[in-house]
Amino acid sequence: MVMSRPGAQVQPDPEPVVLDTASAPSGLLDALARQVDYWATAARRTWRGGFATAFVTPLLYVAAMGVMLGRYVDASSPGVGGAPSYLHFVAPGLLAGQAMLLAFGDATYPVYGKVTWDKTYVGMIATPLRVVDVVLGHLSAIFVRVTISCAIFMLALSLFGLFASVLGALGALLTCGLVAFAFAAPIFGLSAGLRNDSAFPVIYRVVQVPMYLFSGAFFPLDAMPALVQWLATLNPLWHGVQLTRMAMLGTPEWGAIGMHVAVLLALGAVGTWWSVRRLTHRLIT
Amino acid sequence: MRARELRKRFGAVEAVQGIDVEVRRGEVFGFLGPNGAGKSSTMRMIATTSPISGGSLQVLGMDPAHDGPRIRARLGVCPQDDTLDTELSVRENLTVYGRYFGLSRTHVRERADELLAFARLADKAGSRVDELSGGMRRRLTIARSLVNAPDLLLLDEPTTGLDPQARHTLWDQLYRLKHAGVTQILTTHYMDEAEQLCDRLVVMDGGKIVAHGSPAELIRRYSTREVAELRFGVVDHARFADQVTPLAQRVEVLPDRLLLYTDDGEATLAAVHSRGLEPVTALVRRSSLEDVFLHLTGRTLVD
Repeated sequence: MVMSRPGAQVQPDPEPVVLDTASAPSGLLDALARQVDYWATAARRTWRGGFATAFVTPLLYVAAMGVMLGRYVDASSPGVGGAPSYLHFVAPGLLAGQAMLLAFGDATYPVYGKVTWDKTYVGMIATPLRVVDVVLGHLSAIFVRVTISCAIFMLALSLFGLFASVLGALGALLTCGLVAFAFAAPIFGLSAGLRNDSAFPVIYRVVQVPMYLFSGAFFPLDAMPALVQWLATLNPLWHGVQLTRMAMLGTPEWGAIGMHVAVLLALGAVGTWWSVRRLTHRLIT
Repeated sequence: MRARELRKRFGAVEAVQGIDVEVRRGEVFGFLGPNGAGKSSTMRMIATTSPISGGSLQVLGMDPAHDGPRIRARLGVCPQDDTLDTELSVRENLTVYGRYFGLSRTHVRERADELLAFARLADKAGSRVDELSGGMRRRLTIARSLVNAPDLLLLDEPTTGLDPQARHTLWDQLYRLKHAGVTQILTTHYMDEAEQLCDRLVVMDGGKIVAHGSPAELIRRYSTREVAELRFGVVDHARFADQVTPLAQRVEVLPDRLLLYTDDGEATLAAVHSRGLEPVTALVRRSSLEDVFLHLTGRTLVD
């Protein structure tokens, strides 16, 4: 390394002590470990805003819908969906919904920006990292960030006594991570291949909002027409809400749990494969 | 780096049409040519982020198709567009990037200090990237490409869009790297840059190599020692061409001037005056790579 001093003669400095040499990752875990500092540094820059999104906003929903609206619901039809109160019914829905919203947020503009605006991914694959490492690194970061955000939200929910057991709470938290993975992976794939960002507002309105409203988060779907119920099974969030609700109310049905988990895992896995494919097509030309 | 019959196709377009290039250790090698000549496509193939369509390519003795990560571990890449992370500070851009190469935190911290000094950005260490000027960003991009102490540095149009002062600062830094033994491959469409920096270069046009050699060799082979430039104001310069053609070894007609290729510029100029021609301005200069390019392709490099 040569240091530049204005006006100084060109003269190589003595060789610096070599502490380390650059190398290709020994495996996927090594490749992911190399990205931890990046995601931790990026998170340090945004944690304040993230805190508000994770804690304050959902708490307002719990207060308005669970507590205020819940009073009217409980007065006219107590025991909605087999829950002790409407608050008990809606809180798991809001929690799973929050996981979905955060995953959408993290896998749309941030991914698109790293392809198109900052070209951060282009810089990353100029290093020993491969496209698959970069995709899995970003998806892992989303998984961790959403899970932590949901944990904070759950702390707030615990003040209302909404968890039947500690084990159930743990199950709900795992479900949040699973929901984040199931949504973030396919949306990542979509964002990675987009040529402009005008699709995002449409996706928010046409995909995200209907999915949330008809996920069984706000009202039980059993009373709905058969078509709506069938459509719900296609809605990944419905699976997430069912899981979260069982976990929080302490009413597990193991067969159903297996099915819900399988659906969400499959969606995440296919989404990951698609993301790697789309980002490869975009960056390796 | 060694390429044989190297090709790159994008659909129906063949951007690189079978080139043979060999770059030796410690050398500064240039790909010179106008936009669309195939320079950047070639660079991306060498950087292992673009699969080759035909021929063969070896980088640091390895095959880019199979040893991508191992090659990239020893490569420094300074792309045409900055790919800095605008969310991070100047310093963090270096430390975070170093970690991708598997370097320890202690190592990247020390390396970041060295590179910040090298790029004259030490006082900007804590700034956000979007607060930097274009020249500072470019210097940071180059500093970042050095974080792994690469054996081979790829610079794709390193000074495009920079003001003259920033360009000279960068040239100085690249010169220092050369002295430190770093092999460099650069693309440029600036002739003066190629003359300043490159030991050897190839001139590319339309995906093919049209000439190769050292800057001095190329000038000797394809141009004369001196050039007399004549400007006759806002007129069609072609109509003076016939009158001056016998006075020089070769004449190029450009929209705004005539170039007279000759071994003795002053004598040629005197001959022009003795024929009663009165150019508005006349100057004699040494031949440059620009003249070589003009001779080989019939076009100037200006886009």
